[in-house]
Amino acid sequence: MANENKPKLKMAVYWGAACGGCCVSVLDVHETLLTIIQHADLVFWPIALDTKYADVEAMEDKSIDLTLFNGAIRNSENEHMAHVLRAKSKILVAYGSCAHMGGIPGLANFSTKEELLSRVYDESPSTINPDKVRPQHEYKVPEGTLEIPNFYEDVCMLDQIVDVDYYLPGCPPQTERLVEVFLAIVSGAQLPPKGSVIGVSERAQCEECTRIKSDNRSVDRFYRPWEIEDDGVSCFIDQGVICMGSATVGGCGVRCVKGNAPCRGCYGPVPGVTDMGAKIMSTIATALNAEDENDIIKAIDSIEDAAGTFYRFSLPASKIRRKIQ
Amino acid sequence: MTRYTIDPVTRLEGHGKIEIFTNDDGEVENVYFQVPELRGFEKFCEGRAVEEVPQIVTKICGVCPGCHHMAAGKAVDAVFGVEPTKTAKMIRELFYMAHFVHSHIAHFYALGAPDFVVGPTAPKAERNVLGVIAKVGVEIGTEVLKQRRIAQEIQALIGGHQTHVVMNVPGGVRKGIKEEERLDIVEKAKGFVEFAKFSMKIFNDVVLANKDYVDIIVNGPYNLNIHSMGLVDANNKVNFYDGRVRVVDTFGKELLTYMPNEYLDNIAERVEPWSYLKFPYLKKVGWKGFVEGQDSGVYHATPLSRLNASDGMATPVAQEEYERMYATLGGKPVNATLAMHWARLIELIYAAEHCLELALDKEITGTDLRNKMYQTPKEGVGIVEAQRGTLTHHYQTDERGLVTKANLIVGTTNNHAPISMSIKKAAQGVIKKGVKVDDGILNMVEMAFRAYDPCFSCATHSLPGKMPMIVNIRKPDSEIIQTLRRD
Amino acid sequence: MQEEVKNNNIQTAKAWKPKILAIFCNWCTYTASDLAGVSRLKYPATTRVVRIMCSGRLDPQFILTAFSEGADAILIGGCHPGDCHYATGNYKCLRRFHLIQKYMKQMNIEPERLRLEWISASEGKRLAEVIGEMTETITKLGQSKIKKQVANIEK
Repeated sequence: MANENKPKLKMAVYWGAACGGCCVSVLDVHETLLTIIQHADLVFWPIALDTKYADVEAMEDKSIDLTLFNGAIRNSENEHMAHVLRAKSKILVAYGSCAHMGGIPGLANFSTKEELLSRVYDESPSTINPDKVRPQHEYKVPEGTLEIPNFYEDVCMLDQIVDVDYYLPGCPPQTERLVEVFLAIVSGAQLPPKGSVIGVSERAQCEECTRIKSDNRSVDRFYRPWEIEDDGVSCFIDQGVICMGSATVGGCGVRCVKGNAPCRGCYGPVPGVTDMGAKIMSTIATALNAEDENDIIKAIDSIEDAAGTFYRFSLPASKIRRKIQ
Repeated sequence: MTRYTIDPVTRLEGHGKIEIFTNDDGEVENVYFQVPELRGFEKFCEGRAVEEVPQIVTKICGVCPGCHHMAAGKAVDAVFGVEPTKTAKMIRELFYMAHFVHSHIAHFYALGAPDFVVGPTAPKAERNVLGVIAKVGVEIGTEVLKQRRIAQEIQALIGGHQTHVVMNVPGGVRKGIKEEERLDIVEKAKGFVEFAKFSMKIFNDVVLANKDYVDIIVNGPYNLNIHSMGLVDANNKVNFYDGRVRVVDTFGKELLTYMPNEYLDNIAERVEPWSYLKFPYLKKVGWKGFVEGQDSGVYHATPLSRLNASDGMATPVAQEEYERMYATLGGKPVNATLAMHWARLIELIYAAEHCLELALDKEITGTDLRNKMYQTPKEGVGIVEAQRGTLTHHYQTDERGLVTKANLIVGTTNNHAPISMSIKKAAQGVIKKGVKVDDGILNMVEMAFRAYDPCFSCATHSLPGKMPMIVNIRKPDSEIIQTLRRD
Repeated sequence: MQEEVKNNNIQTAKAWKPKILAIFCNWCTYTASDLAGVSRLKYPATTRVVRIMCSGRLDPQFILTAFSEGADAILIGGCHPGDCHYATGNYKCLRRFHLIQKYMKQMNIEPERLRLEWISASEGKRLAEVIGEMTETITKLGQSKIKKQVANIEK
């Protein structure tokens, strides 16, 4: 029950290089919203409120109790707001895969900035740009100088830019996990140690997954999902389909597998692991049964886009966090 | 020269800012709508297995991920040279109608309704969803949340992940619908139809019955005389999932029509150095600048343009409403930007009715979920209507089906030029010599871009719609001479 | 003063030498390296040896961590196929090796920087040859750029 005398939690939700899905996950509390707004006042949330940057910059330091920062750091505006919100917030949470590990925008680390800009503004078949115009950080028009943020070479996650208190992973985080965390904060429960990943279980996805795992795993090769007929009950790896579940921490309720799709690892690594791609490489190599080197080479060759699959959400957070130039 | 900066624009998905320049007479010289973000999906889809792309592109937008998933799913079908099975197509459409229902409900109630139900120049403290609820009753707010939740549940049932859906595979879908699930969806869809009709009734009673509001819609500075784009079926009726793209000109006549794989002959994109977002225009008409009219290549892709570009709606109640809107607003095409809110409600009714039609058809419980007659993967284009506009996905692959090239023209991107023009027109219409730029004036500028957006304001009291806004008025040397606050 | 300058010149004149991380299995390759030592076989002092009980213990995280922290190359040593002390560990290693190579290709890391050799306990001479070859190859390839690029966030 809401304590009448307790001041409401001041809460902010902000996005860097984001898609809005994390904001949707906050809205997906549905009717629980009524409980949440008894306890919290939202002070900054661009998708929903009209607080402007100047308002936030004018706030007192540490005046925001809880900020959920989602989205990756892709440009100078994302970085600037990360610094501002770190200063203004008591607790700063890296919310969602992008803030936690770089997320899907992190796939841009397979290219250079120039390759990316060139594709979008020069090579795109629908783009007609004979003068090779590129968006400029500063541009003079007759009326004055216009500015847009500087696009960085690398995609980063939040803790590469500022000190982060907690990580709440997922693409987006499963709303029930957010509600649990929020109610824990509001009830004054003791918070876990700074730097913890919250809203997750302690085990891998396999623990919650309802698919049946074989005791004697022995995979000849891997298949593209459309190359086989998924039986709907067996573990994907047993069927020869790459699933990131064994290298991914639980907490989402195995939502993709419930839709008959293999896990792609958006929740991040199991506690104690730094590089989740390395872990799935281990699992896959163990699952395969080939012993002759030629057979092994053929089996490995059956895996398409290894790096893009193993690091779908976590490239900027991995050990070798970008393609080497 | 005086400069007004609105940063960031709020109550939309994504980042944006507006710069308004006025001359010494207080008249608007120019307005720039800048998009400061870019992530580069067109590049980092390269090297990915093409069947993974429908699950990657949902992350373009968390508000309309289903739209990207559908466009991508159709493009992947085309890459493999297959059409989805009949069951798969029905399941996809059912999902898609639920997706439109949840999105259009949220947009209308939290974004559109305040400006009309409460009024564009009403006190700012009331110009929000609370003001709406005060006028129409608190049960409505709860009902909005409930209907949205139900639509999300249908999405999760069919699509697995309720936001970043995973259902599409080449030639079909991963999961079927059981009979008991179908029956449950029928009941839910009936609820959607009732709620959609009810929402239209609110619009009728509160907006259309009020002469002043009708006047603002028809005669306010929000007219933009440009071409209209939308997807239509074989009978030229509005279709969100499939069909061909049709563009109708400023006189309401069909200007051009194309199938997905002809999009490059018809749409071109322009780059400006002051925005990361490109500006699409009709290639055959050509880019003549940020100008209206028959000879300009500028077009819009919005709920209103979809209705303009069609000959009607494919379901009965929606069709009645379609006829009524055009009769009220003086025939086709309608150029009144604010009429997008009306068009959106008509689409809501269609989505609800079509959802029910699909759920009532027992064939949707079929087990033939996937067409596996795959050919060597090569290239494909998929086009759907996103809530915000026509959405085009185009992939090229090598013979193993790894993406070599990707190109995207996203819903709102179509409208980058029209939004810029609408804001400028609104600003020119309301900011004049001698006019003090105050809260009401600023709101009227905002109304111009807001109409294009499925912005995701949600129905709670902690969301003002009380649009706090800081406007710094600077001298040419950047010194601030006045700060207007509305908060 | 003259002496200092001379010493500094000697320092800068010292050519960069590869840093090769050697991960050897206890039963075969590590024993071979002992044998090479006892036999006073000459080979370049470029390896830093880490002993694991079986090449199947090789966690890909070791490889990626080593690269990101400045290793110019990594040499894995295990028992010949069929001879693994734990029966099948080296097969797992072989599969991991090929999978990591596939990943390295996508990350634009030269395949020569990761090498797997089956070297039995009695093959001290072979080990010395392998290390000699690898040092030459990596010297030609040059210092790895990975650490610098990973540590430095480009804006």
